[in-house]
Amino acid sequence: MPSHRMPSEADIISTVEFNHTGELLATGDKGGRVVIFQREPESKNAAHSQGEYDVYSTFQSHEPEFDYLKSLEIEEKINKIKWLPQQNAAHSLLSTNDKTIKLWKITERDKRPEGYNLKDEEGKLKDLSTVTSLQVPVLKPMDLMVEVSPRRVFANGHTYHINSISVNSDCETYMSADDLRINLWHLAITDRSFNIVDIKPANMEDLTEVITASEFHPHHCNLFVYSSSKGSLRLCDMRAAALCDKHSKLFEEPEDPSNRSFFSEIISSVSDVKFSHSGRYMLTRDYLTVKVWDLNMEARPIETYQVHDYLRSKLCSLYENDCIFDKFECAWNGSDSVIMTGAYNNFFRMFDRNTKRDVTLEASRESSKPRAVLKPRRVCVGGKRRRDDISVDSLDFTKKILHTAWHPAENIIAIAATNNLYIFQDKVNSEMH
Amino acid sequence: MGTMFARGLKRKSAEDGEDVEGGLAGAQAMPSYSLQRQSLLDMSLVKLQLCHMLVEPNLCRSVLIANTVRQIQEEMAQDGTWRVVAPQAAGRAPLDRLVSTDILCRSVREQEGERPAPDAGDGHTPDLVPGLATVPSAQALRNPQSSLWEVDSSRENRGGFQKSLDQIFETLENKTSGSVEELFADVDSSYYDLDAVLTGMVGSTQSGHGSGLQAFSPATAAPPSSSCRSDLGELDHAVEILVET
Repeated sequence: MPSHRMPSEADIISTVEFNHTGELLATGDKGGRVVIFQREPESKNAAHSQGEYDVYSTFQSHEPEFDYLKSLEIEEKINKIKWLPQQNAAHSLLSTNDKTIKLWKITERDKRPEGYNLKDEEGKLKDLSTVTSLQVPVLKPMDLMVEVSPRRVFANGHTYHINSISVNSDCETYMSADDLRINLWHLAITDRSFNIVDIKPANMEDLTEVITASEFHPHHCNLFVYSSSKGSLRLCDMRAAALCDKHSKLFEEPEDPSNRSFFSEIISSVSDVKFSHSGRYMLTRDYLTVKVWDLNMEARPIETYQVHDYLRSKLCSLYENDCIFDKFECAWNGSDSVIMTGAYNNFFRMFDRNTKRDVTLEASRESSKPRAVLKPRRVCVGGKRRRDDISVDSLDFTKKILHTAWHPAENIIAIAATNNLYIFQDKVNSEMH
Repeated sequence: MGTMFARGLKRKSAEDGEDVEGGLAGAQAMPSYSLQRQSLLDMSLVKLQLCHMLVEPNLCRSVLIANTVRQIQEEMAQDGTWRVVAPQAAGRAPLDRLVSTDILCRSVREQEGERPAPDAGDGHTPDLVPGLATVPSAQALRNPQSSLWEVDSSRENRGGFQKSLDQIFETLENKTSGSVEELFADVDSSYYDLDAVLTGMVGSTQSGHGSGLQAFSPATAAPPSSSCRSDLGELDHAVEILVET
């Protein structure tokens, strides 16, 4: 949604997440705000509202804090949002910044009671001498009001920066992961958490690897995966031990010795890991590729897709300007047949696992008027250049698409491009294949 | 964003009249692998220092940079290039550009013809571009025996600018206001002029701590990225906090 204010850094979107039905879409930003969009029901009468997303609620989730002990600011930026499965009329989500996770409850109010005996309509106490009879208050319709309230605050669980949260399929627990530790929480208990992974070395001088992302298995409530800055994935079983430092499975691709450079390790660092909806595969994103892993094969990924291999010869410059540390996310579509990830220049990429075809699209106001068809883009790396190609040297590396989300059931995607949110729908192929 | 590449360096050796290692003469020779590797090491150390001074260092980034520094060191140790060289005159003018490090992006096979042989008198390679190559090494290894990797608790060895990576991680862990002050106690305040550091416009004078600084100040020719800008803001904030305490 284009912002009408002057764009400021606080408006930079830092996370995007559909709920389990796809009816709601939540975004978090650098200023600690959460904006929830709701999909309007498709209506034959209003031709324009074909299931489009409108703002449903906005609230301030986190505020900046100051840690006096360490003389450090704690950023209010929302790192992750995860929806809880809906169990009643209310919606609930978890939102987290670097240190504190909060559970928010979102409820609708569309009726209000009228006809109190002791209060008048403005809530002021009535003069009792004017009350001559008793009445029963009646619920009358009112304009829809969306109310958001913080139900739980899970604080003081993390020394390092939280990078992931994941709700368990048991709907009772969730995990939060920081650079060195993963904690398990019960959704109803805020003063206690269980540490299930701890990779902090006894001497911090020996630290060479950190946790970069983690997620619960979608069906098996005892399984979770976490990824590392060295490019490995560890699948852990909570039934095996209380402290899951010993993984059940270690997924790691051997390094290609012919491709080795000083930047090999950095570009192998996994920035995101996502289980497929089926639970059979995992998707990882590192700096240049997305990879699909089969849970039954630890030796190497079953599929590797190049996101922007033309950057391989530019790694030094990208190291110099810190772009090499950008953390891109990745996403599955609902049927696990297509995977998506962001890139630079407001480009995002989609890979069809069945046809092996891929496409590069751009999220920008210039190239996407409402209801226009997105035109595939191409980056040329020298050699023959077509008319609309972009050369590698003219890519804008400040325009990065780090956060993307795919509707759980339909071909609708949400793309966060700095402080703008783009929602694209495939009207022709709205069903998943 | 301008060009993405670290710009190639027009060698000052045209003035020196010396041949570049490998027999490439002239003003526009591609700097050697050793030089580029050293340049990468310098850049990495600057990055570590920068994130050390930021309000909330990104641990993942620090670890990845530290690992890169270790890799470079190990390779230099194997080459025999990792040794103390007598520090050059502190007043030598620094280079005004980051040495092009394109070679480092190439794979091992491509580099094979360019890497220095382990015992080839690489001691003289740094002499070709003295301001850049030797001074940081000297600063890093005040004590010939100590390596960057030993816990270095003595103040004397700490050097005005270089901190061992161990100290960086220790301080990341135990970040009290006291230790933050210690960190900055012997760092020259002109280092806070990050704009100069990052854009290579070294007009300001460097202090005595700065023989290491001089080599570092032309750390990059590329304009600061947006992430650097927020870093600068946070750095200002960090400085404010220190000044007030």
